[in-house]
Amino acid sequence: MSESIGLVAPETLHVTTPLDMVCGARLPQYDLTYETYGQLNADASNAVLICHALSGNHHVAGHYDEEKSQGWWDQYIGPGKPIDTNRFFVVCSNNLGGCHGSSGPASINPETGDVFGPDFPIVTCKDWVNSQNVLRDYLGIDAWAAVIGGSMGGMQVMQWAMDYPDRLRHALVIAAAPKLSAQNIAFNEVARRAIMTDPEFHHGRFIEAGTTPKRGLALARMLGHLTYLSDDMMGSKFGRELREGKLKYNFDVEFQVESYLRYQGEKFATKQNFDANTYLLMTKALDYFDPAAEFDNSLAKALAQTTAKFLVISFTSDWRFSPKRSQEIVKALLDNDADVTYAEINSKHGHDAFLLPNAHYEGVFRAYMQRIAAEHEEVA
Amino acid sequence: MDRLTSDLTPEFELIADWIAPNARVLDLGCGDGKLLAHLQRTRQTTGYGMELDPKKVVGAVERGINVIQSNLNSHDICHYFDQDSFDYVIMTQALQVVSRPDRMLDEMLSVGKQSIITFPNFAHWRNRAQLFFGGKMPQNTSLPNPWYNTPNIHLCTFSDFENLCEEKDIEVVARTVVNSKHQPTFAMRFAPNWLGEIALYQVQRKPEKI
Repeated sequence: MSESIGLVAPETLHVTTPLDMVCGARLPQYDLTYETYGQLNADASNAVLICHALSGNHHVAGHYDEEKSQGWWDQYIGPGKPIDTNRFFVVCSNNLGGCHGSSGPASINPETGDVFGPDFPIVTCKDWVNSQNVLRDYLGIDAWAAVIGGSMGGMQVMQWAMDYPDRLRHALVIAAAPKLSAQNIAFNEVARRAIMTDPEFHHGRFIEAGTTPKRGLALARMLGHLTYLSDDMMGSKFGRELREGKLKYNFDVEFQVESYLRYQGEKFATKQNFDANTYLLMTKALDYFDPAAEFDNSLAKALAQTTAKFLVISFTSDWRFSPKRSQEIVKALLDNDADVTYAEINSKHGHDAFLLPNAHYEGVFRAYMQRIAAEHEEVA
Repeated sequence: MDRLTSDLTPEFELIADWIAPNARVLDLGCGDGKLLAHLQRTRQTTGYGMELDPKKVVGAVERGINVIQSNLNSHDICHYFDQDSFDYVIMTQALQVVSRPDRMLDEMLSVGKQSIITFPNFAHWRNRAQLFFGGKMPQNTSLPNPWYNTPNIHLCTFSDFENLCEEKDIEVVARTVVNSKHQPTFAMRFAPNWLGEIALYQVQRKPEKI
């Protein structure tokens, strides 16, 4: 019953309407790269938008014509899966400032003909939502049946619900938080310092210098990766297992966990060729996200303007955005008498759990998506 | 939360009789949301259910219920809801499984104007007989679990409950006593604490004395 959507291909929308950004900059034109799966129904009521996490992109399901190219949420999107492509038209775009097709620091600035690099404006969640709203209009979708996202994507979902209440019916906020804690920001800052102090960073102009700050980026990824895993999970996966069976009393890789982290960092910085400036921008966008700030620091007031129905999901071992952070969102929604469902999933996989198989998670996700599908299928 | 009896439909009917149309309802230990769905259909109520069991949470989502997954023993109720947020806070067949039923009552009557509570009567004659003649903790259709492995850690009698209400200045607005098939019998009226198997209570805080 559950299979992959199969071979998919990205598309790019070139937007010529300028985007006025929160930081004060204006992007005269930009590209948004996205993928779609499934069929948009006659009244365009079955469209769902997926918002990706920090290092994610628009390739959320299916695969390309190459090895190991499966989308990052293939587990949950496809025919017969919780986000059922037989019933939904699924859209996911690469966030502005990204490095997988949408305009970002690694793109050529059409105004100057040079690589943007550090000159790409600082992006925020609001800017992403505003640019995605252009894509929505272009695709002929009056309102999303649902906007769905995990982690940073979950914050973007909240932004959608606040900024365009009439443009979505359901908001699925998974493993997210209403704002970053001091600890969250601190982790981001260490990651940024790792990148920016790499000698190959060249004040962000590393592409022109013909290099990349690989070491800094790998370190940033290692640190980030740590915050995605739980202590328990690392304990059961690696323990104190040694790579060569005995201690060597030197600074080579000795423990398996060291080897694993180095591999993750290397893969991110070299094979995936993630742009270091994009990493900086994404972490900044996370730091800045704080919708309550404009409403006397009341999240309830910030969410008062929303009309979407919410599903909020957290994972017990997630310490990056713990269940308590999701409960803050739930509480703010309850203060508004909003329609909200909250599930706290028992998992040992930490923050990463939102990407992994889990019977309870899948059960809630599937049941909720079926409810949404029933709404538009009833009308049709 | 485990419910004691499998078919609660008649109990739901009895509860629905007490619910005013368009009321705001919180169902604690809402299970798969059957009662809330029933009240939404027949009384046009709005509100939420709270449930801990993952499978039942999925069931409630399937029914289209706004369910908040939560452990009722963790004082989430007062954390999530302000005073008098609901017209009714309902707890069916679950008071005896929470760690402090007295505090639960306080919480229920804090966030709700009224509470509706149903629970099995430990003083039913069959339970008394098992204890008196058999010298053993009762085990029967309405109390199916052995003493060492039961969610029912705070079983009480109708008299116990009413005494607790008295102590706490809680007013019993209405009471319905029924047998395990949720039918009242004539004799129950005279000896409810002997003959009643399940009670439904509607309670509220007594008005402040001036």
